[in-house]
Amino acid sequence: MNKKVAIFRKEHFNAAHRLSVPEWTDEQNFEVFGKCSNPHYHGHNYDLVVKVTGVPDPKTGYVVNLSVLSDLIQKHVLAKFDHKNLNLDTKEFASLNPTAENIVLVIYEILREKIDPKLDLSVRLYETERNFVEYPA
Amino acid sequence: MVFLTRIEHFNAAHKLYNPNWSREKNEEVFGACANENWHGHNYELYITIKGDPDPDTGFLFDVKKLSSIIKDQVLEKLDHKNLNVEVDFLKGKICSTENLIIGIWNELLPQLPKQVKLHAIKLYETPRIFVEYFG
Repeated sequence: MNKKVAIFRKEHFNAAHRLSVPEWTDEQNFEVFGKCSNPHYHGHNYDLVVKVTGVPDPKTGYVVNLSVLSDLIQKHVLAKFDHKNLNLDTKEFASLNPTAENIVLVIYEILREKIDPKLDLSVRLYETERNFVEYPA
Repeated sequence: MVFLTRIEHFNAAHKLYNPNWSREKNEEVFGACANENWHGHNYELYITIKGDPDPDTGFLFDVKKLSSIIKDQVLEKLDHKNLNVEVDFLKGKICSTENLIIGIWNELLPQLPKQVKLHAIKLYETPRIFVEYFG
């Protein structure tokens, strides 16, 4: 019987960002994004939950080796975003508004390429304890 | 004697950087926190006051009023701000959590009514790192 199991890895990173549409005036940006449009940036402790789903390998009993998954996240996600300014220091958000929605999509795309296509992937990102996003929806 | 705590939170950008040092020296001492374009945190702030409950209200102090004072005097200056660039009481200081909590104490204390005794402030920079200050 093909019993699928979901396995989760939690990570975290701290970053600064600003929400804005470059073509808009500061006033328009403030109207839509409020305090998040502060031109001097603000920041968050982001919590990241990566969920991988699949049938455990009959030999190892693993869906995925968590140490390998953790290294992937560390190398391809945290190394890019931790203690960074998302707008200024990352190519991913040089011209993409770093909303939680866009960040989760970017992280999903980065990890999807690195994880066995037989396995399902889902990513949840907490911007604060009370604000979080998930992809796929 | 009763201790009453109000929890608030704010989000801010900062960097740890001593302008009298070279970039190399800053990176050596502050590591990733010295990133010149800043990074950020969700800060959690615990404000604890102490005293005896008022016989008429049963309150130490109206916690809604306490919350308004914290919001007006502290959060308004810090929330969604760049601590290095935009906060008057941190001008010329290293924006460490230690200096931030002392600054918050000094901002808040003169704004509290005389009968309210500030006991402690606790400030979380991340869920795993926090500082406490008792004045």
